[in-house]
Amino acid sequence: MPHLEVSDVRAKYGTLEVLKGISFSIKKGEIASLVGPSGSGKSTVLRALMGLTPITGGTVMIGNDRMNYSSAKEVRAARDRMAIVFQQYNLFQNMTVMKNLTLAPLKIKKWDSAEVMSEARRLLGLVGLSDRADAYPDQLSGGQQQRVALARALALKPQILLLDEVTSALDPELVNEVLDAIRKLANEGMTMIIVSHEMAFVREVADKVVFMDEGQIIEAGKPNDIFDNPQTDRARDFFSKILRH
Amino acid sequence: MERILEQIPRFFSGPNMALLLEAAGLTLAMTITGCLIGFGLAFVLVYLRQTPGLWALPLRWICITYVEVFRRIPFIVVIYLVLFFIQAVTPDASLFTIAVIAICLYAVAYTADIIRGGIESVPVTQVEAAQSMNLSRLQTNIRIVLPQAWPVIVPPAIAFAVSFIKDTALVSQVGVFELTFRGKELNNQGYSGLLVFGTIAICYFLLSFPLSMLGQYLEKRLATPRGERRTRKIRNP
Ligand SMILES: Nc1ncnc2c1ncn2[C@@H]1O[C@H](COP(=O)(O)OP(=O)(O)OP(=O)(O)O)[C@@H](O)[C@H]1O
Ligand SMILES: [Mg+2]
Repeated sequence: MPHLEVSDVRAKYGTLEVLKGISFSIKKGEIASLVGPSGSGKSTVLRALMGLTPITGGTVMIGNDRMNYSSAKEVRAARDRMAIVFQQYNLFQNMTVMKNLTLAPLKIKKWDSAEVMSEARRLLGLVGLSDRADAYPDQLSGGQQQRVALARALALKPQILLLDEVTSALDPELVNEVLDAIRKLANEGMTMIIVSHEMAFVREVADKVVFMDEGQIIEAGKPNDIFDNPQTDRARDFFSKILRH
Repeated sequence: MERILEQIPRFFSGPNMALLLEAAGLTLAMTITGCLIGFGLAFVLVYLRQTPGLWALPLRWICITYVEVFRRIPFIVVIYLVLFFIQAVTPDASLFTIAVIAICLYAVAYTADIIRGGIESVPVTQVEAAQSMNLSRLQTNIRIVLPQAWPVIVPPAIAFAVSFIKDTALVSQVGVFELTFRGKELNNQGYSGLLVFGTIAICYFLLSFPLSMLGQYLEKRLATPRGERRTRKIRNP
């Protein structure tokens, strides 16, 4: 049974339809990767799942729960199950690393404070930042900030983690530290949707690759099949350009 | 000139000084009370103005109209409007209350735009990060947006209050015993206008200067990147 099932999801910015009926599904513990040219709608898929961009059609199922995003309550329910990490980290600038991690678990989820604190420390250890709990975001490098953002998302104990080009804003030498942290999550069985241009990484961790173009899914399948043997011209064209580097 | 010199000892007598001190206190009290309440209400106004959804359209419209209208009326007109309105409703309201209400109404309109500018200076991505964790709009504003907007809001808000100390002179028109009113009184008692209003001018300066200094201090403090401010104690290894 799929853990997340997206069916015919549509979204518009003004009159521009940027998602023209997106359907895909992932099982628990699977990692799906969305790839495709710039402007194809990858970020919009993640934003729609988080209720940041309103959907104009289609349905989303998480487990047995149907998410319609048609009321504030349903949007909250979706956000309760998923967490997102943005390209630009988006850490709260006015809070320490620890506060960033514990804010929502304490104030929104209202979990036990001792447990939240110890879980936050465990997660900082996981991303290799145990010694920076009291730092402010502007005291950290981009790679460190992105690892904090990853830990912050995990502190919410999401059923599904959404990653939107989490290494694109980083200097090349900082990319690997973030990818390593994601590898660890993959090994722990975290269900994830990863938007990425790091094709080698996608091939390594993804169970499924979804190729998008112009708001539609053109092809989906196992990484090796999609990368080595694309069936459509558009996918072949895209991969031949991007894999050459 | 001789008249002034001759009047000085009498003018700087205890009772006169007590009168001016009290008037200066009143000026400061009116300004600070009016501006603080106005500032608080301005937050509410900005918050209401940002209510999303179609149903809130009239609400947003009222908020916008309020700001636009009050920013275009001279303060003296606001004072008279409040005076006549309040006197019609509760005839025995004190003039101080009336002055504070007028200042407050005016301050709301001006500081609302300052606050809105501050809020809009915070990247929308901060708001989206908060939303995706299910923080409510109020929580997002209080915990994420406003703390980051302070450096943009505080300096012009204090500058507004400082300049408003001068404008409170206008409430003397309706008979509040503030500085300018007392000045006119002393002048009518025969003291030289130059002497009286020279002293009054110094009083206004002494009232607003410390407040400007406070504003400058806060501006510097808020403008210092957080990193530098905190790391003075805990430098990075
Ligand atoms: N806030 C917005 N307002 C209007 N149009 C937008 C907005 N955000 C995105 N779009 C448009 O929607 C389309 C899809 O954008 P999206 O960000 O989802 O693409 P993407 O696949 O993530 O691209 P990239 O690889 O560059 O991040 C693009 O045509 C883009 O111009
Ligand atoms: Mg994108």
